[in-house]
Amino acid sequence: MSPGEDVLFWVLAPLMVLVSFGLLVARKAVHVAICMVFVMIGFAVLYIALEAPFLGVVQIVVYTGAVMMLFLFVLMLVGVDASSSLVETIRGQRWIGVILALGLGVILSGVVVQTVFPPAVGLAEANSVTNPVGLARVLMSDYVLAMEVVGIVLITAAVSALVLTHKRRLTPARGQKEIADAKVAALPQGGRLTPLAAPGVYAQNNAMDTPALDPQGRPIAESVSRVLRIRGQQREATDVLLGEHGLVERTSTVAEPEGSAPDEEER
Amino acid sequence: MSIFTETPGVPGIAADFSQDNGWTYLVKAVLIIVFLLTSVLIAIWFERRVVARMQLRPGPNVHGPLGLLQSLADAMKLLLKEDITVKAADKFVYLLAPMIAVFCALLTFAVIPFGPEVTIPFTDYSTPAQLTDFPVAVLYILACASLGVYGIVLGGWSSGSTYPLLGSVRSTAQVISYELAMGLSLVTVFIMAGSMSTSQIVDSQQSLWWFLPLLPAFVVYVISMIGETNRLPFDLPEAEGELVSGFMTEYSSMKFAWFFLAEYINMINVSAVATTLFLGGWRAPWPLSAINDGMFNEGWWPILWFLVKMWALLFMFVWVRGTLLRMRYDQFMKLGWKILIPVALGWLVLVAVAQGLRQFADVDTQTFLVVSGVVAIVLVAVIWFWPDASKKPEPETGDDEPEEFDAFADGFPVPPLPGQKLPPSARRRRVVAAESGAAHAVDTEEENRG
Repeated sequence: MSPGEDVLFWVLAPLMVLVSFGLLVARKAVHVAICMVFVMIGFAVLYIALEAPFLGVVQIVVYTGAVMMLFLFVLMLVGVDASSSLVETIRGQRWIGVILALGLGVILSGVVVQTVFPPAVGLAEANSVTNPVGLARVLMSDYVLAMEVVGIVLITAAVSALVLTHKRRLTPARGQKEIADAKVAALPQGGRLTPLAAPGVYAQNNAMDTPALDPQGRPIAESVSRVLRIRGQQREATDVLLGEHGLVERTSTVAEPEGSAPDEEER
Repeated sequence: MSIFTETPGVPGIAADFSQDNGWTYLVKAVLIIVFLLTSVLIAIWFERRVVARMQLRPGPNVHGPLGLLQSLADAMKLLLKEDITVKAADKFVYLLAPMIAVFCALLTFAVIPFGPEVTIPFTDYSTPAQLTDFPVAVLYILACASLGVYGIVLGGWSSGSTYPLLGSVRSTAQVISYELAMGLSLVTVFIMAGSMSTSQIVDSQQSLWWFLPLLPAFVVYVISMIGETNRLPFDLPEAEGELVSGFMTEYSSMKFAWFFLAEYINMINVSAVATTLFLGGWRAPWPLSAINDGMFNEGWWPILWFLVKMWALLFMFVWVRGTLLRMRYDQFMKLGWKILIPVALGWLVLVAVAQGLRQFADVDTQTFLVVSGVVAIVLVAVIWFWPDASKKPEPETGDDEPEEFDAFADGFPVPPLPGQKLPPSARRRRVVAAESGAAHAVDTEEENRG
């Protein structure tokens, strides 16, 4: 190990351990995913430092770039406020978990402490034709059968997932043309070509429950949501307009109190 | 740092970094960042001017000569604006996301070769015009691009708002599907060049740039690079008409500026990658490369060719934006999965078979190229002139029996479709009757009135 590699390891390894604790502690699923991504990138950097650049980069492209991204895709749909509940479903689950984890920790640390690594040999020969080429030669000659089998198994899994989730279409697909034709055909029965009018916008009022006015000044009933109409919660356009007239009167009386009398007579 | 300085002559890369030390790397890295930031300022101005030209208006022309300082003024404005953090946001991730986007965008240029060995003026110190290179450099570029998407995805999620979330979900799907096509098209270049190191790939394009023999892969790459950078016609994650501005709706001030910066740096990145992998990198175009025994392929000249090619691709980005409309989301996904990926995959198999033939059957390169060219032309001709079984019957049946024309189909007056004939008009029949006999005509008219 060169000193640079040492420094890299001792900076990165504690950070990775800290962040992987975040995996246990974080409440939100997306935070867990971010911790996971950080640990994966840390691994990739360590692989590259150990002269396995192909493995390191592929780790990021495949696991971080594709697999974690798919996970995140699903997690995001849970929403920003969702966090997992801490209610125990099995009684005493937490304590059993702690005891088992401690046992596993003891066994692992015992094994790791006892292991003595022999000095690494053969790295220079393995990487003499550059790392990707050396790897390709091993995979495509010594382990070609295993590679092909894994490939076939993966493709089978992907295709079977497609087959299992495939639904045959029961009715013909309704495209843009079919929808337009149906709209025209429905015209004699009182259908319409255009979308429904939006609710009305007035000087003082801009809400879902006020109908819009058509060019003749009559309120359009359909411009208010059907739900509000059925509940009887829509406001009358006349109320809104009267309120605005009243406002005009009030402001005019405030502005010029003397000349207000003839104005009111006019109205 | 030390890993690279200690292994100077890395096998599998063409550039020689043996003279470089830590200071060289530092200077190169700073130069690259300065280059990227100024390029972004110029790219914004360039895009606005060119799009304006295409839309017959002047574009920014007030600040500085030709309006060149406009983007600087905009950057200052963004810096000084109020920085808003929305209440529903996940504060940490909200801040982290734009950083991820910019950081990953800056990484790509580490392995892009601007030129071959250059000698620093007034010294005899020579170094490659490239920060670093290693045997899997192009995969590293793909890795950085796929990490950069996390910025967009997390930014949209952490805003705690509907439109940004929709934008980021779209961008996830978009990137996953378009990166496949992009990766497959790059693999064909790896197969032909026999390497994934950028300097080696440029080295392999001495006689022929890969975009010619690998034209389908180049086309797929260009389409998917526009998708990858979320540019029109593929800017669905930030579609203004549908999602306000997608994943960056809730961002303001400097955080927004970071996303903006990342988008433009990514445009420059993918253009540089296309230049390096398909357009010969820093190599001079053909007639120039022959002048004076390859004078233009040495020293500082190649940086000019590299920049010219890169800006040509950036111009294409702007041109596409000025020409095409945004696609609908389902059409976009169909294009990615049903056209681009199968084409890229099929082309990859073809190239692999061809390269295998060349290597194992020991065919001469020239005969191979001629034979494959002839085969390609014959194939295209056969496909072109093949009688189309599915299309022909339709017009024939239309010609044979003209359909009954209903002038009031569904109760509305309609024009005849091709192949249908208007029935003689009732008024015309009356005119004919009038001409045939005046006395009769008077009678009939009276009858009509009666």
